[in-house]
Amino acid sequence: MSTSYKELTINGLWKNNPGLVQLLGLCPLMGTSNSTVNALGLGLATIFVLACSNAAVSLIRNAVTPAIRLPAFVMIIAALTTCIELLMQAYTYQLYLILGVFIPLITTNCVILGRAEAFAAKNKFVSSTYDGFVMGLGFALVLVIIGMVRELLGTGTLFTNMQLLFGSMAANWQWTVFPNYEGFLLAVLPPGAFLVLGLMIALKNQIDSYILARTPVNMPAAADRRVRVTD
Amino acid sequence: MYLPPKSSPHTTNKSSTQNLMLRVILATLPAFLVSSYFFGIGPAINVALCIIFAVSIEAFIVSLRKRPVSYALKDGSVIVTAVLLGLALPPFSSWWLVLIAIGFAVIFGKHLFGGLGQNPFNPAMLGYVVVLVSFPVAMTSWPAPQTVASSDALAHVFLGTPWLDAWSHATVLDTLKNNHSLTLHELWQDYPYSGWISSNSSEWINLAFLLGGLYLLYKRVFTWHAPVAMLLALALMSLIFWNGSGSASNGSPLFHLFSGATMLGAFFIITDPVSSATSNQGRFIFGLGVGVLVYIIRAWGGYPDAIAFSVLLMNLCAPTIDYFTRPRTYGQRKAKRGFNPGDN
Repeated sequence: MSTSYKELTINGLWKNNPGLVQLLGLCPLMGTSNSTVNALGLGLATIFVLACSNAAVSLIRNAVTPAIRLPAFVMIIAALTTCIELLMQAYTYQLYLILGVFIPLITTNCVILGRAEAFAAKNKFVSSTYDGFVMGLGFALVLVIIGMVRELLGTGTLFTNMQLLFGSMAANWQWTVFPNYEGFLLAVLPPGAFLVLGLMIALKNQIDSYILARTPVNMPAAADRRVRVTD
Repeated sequence: MYLPPKSSPHTTNKSSTQNLMLRVILATLPAFLVSSYFFGIGPAINVALCIIFAVSIEAFIVSLRKRPVSYALKDGSVIVTAVLLGLALPPFSSWWLVLIAIGFAVIFGKHLFGGLGQNPFNPAMLGYVVVLVSFPVAMTSWPAPQTVASSDALAHVFLGTPWLDAWSHATVLDTLKNNHSLTLHELWQDYPYSGWISSNSSEWINLAFLLGGLYLLYKRVFTWHAPVAMLLALALMSLIFWNGSGSASNGSPLFHLFSGATMLGAFFIITDPVSSATSNQGRFIFGLGVGVLVYIIRAWGGYPDAIAFSVLLMNLCAPTIDYFTRPRTYGQRKAKRGFNPGDN
């Protein structure tokens, strides 16, 4: 299966987006998207694990037998998740505490095992790594957009507490979009995640059908499609 | 479906959705009048805002969905939702709060599921819960009866002048929930708006809803099963767990029947033909569930009143209830569970 990088990019970011189309990994998507910084933190961790696990899986793809491939893949993913967990403990301890159980849960994120099984186990090292990175990026983008919308609706601010991720230089990045905002609590609570994700999927489908309606249907020339020739 | 040919004489039945909705609106009139007596122009502003917003949002959404607007508006269902929500919201709610509540009710509660007849949840209660969860402070600021001057109220609703503490009164359910030290006798003596059973305004509004509900029952707009089951369950639960009138009291059965939104829920919310169960037996179970849940949340939950939450939870159960209470078709034997010889 040879797929061009352009196609991989389009697949990961739009056509086969893990968050909006495959609807995989919804648990962290719902659980950590209540503010931009949480979403970005988990998004970056997921990109790292996904890209590295795809790379590792594609390297060993000819060495593992099909019977033991799943345990082997999960071991790789768990090891990488432990790496990112220790890294976050070391460098962004506060964020690590806030994200809590969702960091170890990256191991069970279906996107990661799904890509390992569906792509990395069948493709070469470079394209697998790239696929992992782009898929992770698509997931992280959805996560961050939901996080931003929920933070904006819920508290009227954007980029609060970015110092948790970027250190003290980000301490004053908070942008109060609506001063004197009452706070729409529902957006920060779990239902807000379902509502925002649902609306995003609806928007994506709407855009898709708009594009589909605008592209002219080019019928292939009849001669090419002939299956049976009777004369 | 088999439609048997009928011979004359035909009796005409004028019952239509529009007719039904008109009767429901008429039945809320006593409660509206009593509520207006206690809270001045508050309920009127609420209901008027709700109707204006609801009709315009419905018209907008229906036109987005490319369906005939006048046809959808003519059945009046959106006006019933608006009136019920307007009566449920605290009087003198800010206009944006009303807009969010009715917006969620009409867009998310009704049209995202496919419009009238398709909604799994009661739209009015969905809108109520959204604002209750989102704006707990504003939603628990019930005005004290006959305290807020009309001009101040209008300024609060439309211009956003701050809500004064002097206007607020804790509802009876709130007071009971937050009481940890007084016996009930002492508690209600200190409470400035005590009535015979619960608070003055609350018991009269509940009575008015009961009156409207009995009118609808008499007109056979709905059957007795759901309301009776709900009131029965609530009364039974509060009887079983009635622990006297000490400081930890959960309140007497009569208190629970005439406090909060009990009668509104029993006669106007859980009798919704769309989001409730469909068979009579199913409606009875639906009502029982709502009554039990209301008491559980009131006595041990985090919110003082619980009609909206209970109704939404039971709405989720309605399809399952329907599945297990499917009435036997005339002429058919009762279905046996599992595999029966002769089945294909």
